[in-house]
Amino acid sequence: MASYFHSVQLDEEKCRGCTNCIKRCPTEAIRVRQGKARIEAARCVDCGQCIRACPNRAKSVLTDSRAALKDFKYTVGLVAPSFFAQFRSNPSPGKVLAAVKLMGFTHVRGLFLAAELVASAIAKHLATTAGPFPRISTSCPAVVRLIQVRFPDLTRHLVSIEAPMEVAAYLARAEVRGETGCQDEDIGVFFITPCPAKVTAVHQPVGVGKSQLNGAFSFSEVYADAYRLLASVKEEEPVVGSARGLVWARSGGEGEGVAIDDYLAVDGIEHVITVLEEVEMGRLRGVRYIEGQACVGGCVGGALVVENPFVARVRVAQVARALPLYSPPEITLPEEALVLKQDLSPRPFIQLDEDMEVAIKKLGELEKIVERLPMLDCGSCGAPHCRALAEDIVRDTAVLTDCDFVLREQVNELAQELISLTVLLPNAMGRKRIDGEGEK
Amino acid sequence: MSIVYGEMFLTESVKFFWGCTVGEQATFEVSYTVEGADFSIAGEGAARLKRVLQQVGLPPALVRRIALATYEAELNVVIHAYRGVIKARVSSALVEVWVEDQGPGIPNVELAMKEGYSTAPDHVRALGFGAGMGLPNIRRNADALKITTVVGEGTALYMTFAGPSSEV
Repeated sequence: MASYFHSVQLDEEKCRGCTNCIKRCPTEAIRVRQGKARIEAARCVDCGQCIRACPNRAKSVLTDSRAALKDFKYTVGLVAPSFFAQFRSNPSPGKVLAAVKLMGFTHVRGLFLAAELVASAIAKHLATTAGPFPRISTSCPAVVRLIQVRFPDLTRHLVSIEAPMEVAAYLARAEVRGETGCQDEDIGVFFITPCPAKVTAVHQPVGVGKSQLNGAFSFSEVYADAYRLLASVKEEEPVVGSARGLVWARSGGEGEGVAIDDYLAVDGIEHVITVLEEVEMGRLRGVRYIEGQACVGGCVGGALVVENPFVARVRVAQVARALPLYSPPEITLPEEALVLKQDLSPRPFIQLDEDMEVAIKKLGELEKIVERLPMLDCGSCGAPHCRALAEDIVRDTAVLTDCDFVLREQVNELAQELISLTVLLPNAMGRKRIDGEGEK
Repeated sequence: MSIVYGEMFLTESVKFFWGCTVGEQATFEVSYTVEGADFSIAGEGAARLKRVLQQVGLPPALVRRIALATYEAELNVVIHAYRGVIKARVSSALVEVWVEDQGPGIPNVELAMKEGYSTAPDHVRALGFGAGMGLPNIRRNADALKITTVVGEGTALYMTFAGPSSEV
């Protein structure tokens, strides 16, 4: 079985084995075993829902150490569009970039231009492709993986165009090489990320190619430093690109950038799922493009952001005023820079057994088990709902008595049996029978 | 009088399946009830069947065809009938789906099979349903389709889909 890198990690010390996270996971990837939550790697899509749900802050994101910057002669900080909306004073994008640079990067870049180039590529793709429609954006890595594991048949709808992060890294590398004459290995590119899914995208671009990035730091890690350094900024960094690239920070921004009328923007992974179900059933007509984002509000709602997503959405509009409305990108990228280097093939996890005959038999067993379960979906067994426990049982990863209710029933039956045994004591032993009949 | 309609949709590749016995293969049966006129839950039966088929591990494209055809049939029950039932029998060689309803029946099946022909009332069309694509979509997605209908009593659809372990 293939192994998967995941940025979402569990701190065993902090996990109390409660069931908050198992209920929120959109792919039912978490089980509580031996008092600790376990994330099943093949199912996890790194959406970050469990991080939000955990009351004990036991879920964290594995990001890179800033010591990694020392490994490279030149370092580029790539700043996600949503980062610019994290500051109360609404500093200009050039100032924020300069503050990030002061943290120890030799270069710093926004994603504005890259987002515009990607939007143009998507528009061109939509104008020429034969379908199947609706085409689905690949810019949110959590949604891409959600489709791979839960909607395998919809992988055909995914648009094979790189996300702005990768394109920006490609551009930055070319610029730094041109400016310094250094080798590509001398350059380290690091993403300042609002979400765990992007960290995973940096470290595990499965399949075809390798990410242009070397690491990622979360908003929450760099925010304090960046905020402090804003005061020390003497000269703003130049900003290349326009507001049209910035608005990718929030839901709907990508569709606006692609500039078509018949796109659908959906945010929040539960809502994304309902839309994908419509697509799967062929019910979504008149939509050519879907921009789905796992987080409520889009990237401003990422699990690693500092500011409230709804407040940040307003800020995006305010910061956008500091940028030109739209400046058509003057460069054209080679095809290879825009072609998605990620494996988009299905990763279905749902079948009960690799052998179809066995799976069908297990399905029969599953239905019988379901009939015995209380269907309260309480989660005490460590599975998100009763049916999931039944699935675990036929997969041999759980037993029926993991259900508290079944266990009590069985204890009750056992107790009844014990009582009936005492009632059956023979008269010859000369003891009172508990129903009193033995006294005759 | 009952009208049996179906032979004409048979292609050579699927004739094998009529009356085919499943034999040694493991089979699994499910059934779901469908309430007429309840659009809020229309499609739940098809969605549940889809999950079962995914658990079996049938290829995604086949699951999609079965789910689509079942969904359309389920929707027909919701639009036109009082109540109905979806039954499915699943093996690795063959998936059979029955959708039976108590309802008005179909007076002219040939007409109903035409794309765009619909007897759905206006309020149903206003919801975006009843475009006259139901039966044509079922026919397109199923490997074989048989319709039995009695006007004033109800309609029974029988659809079959060749599974991956079929020998055709």
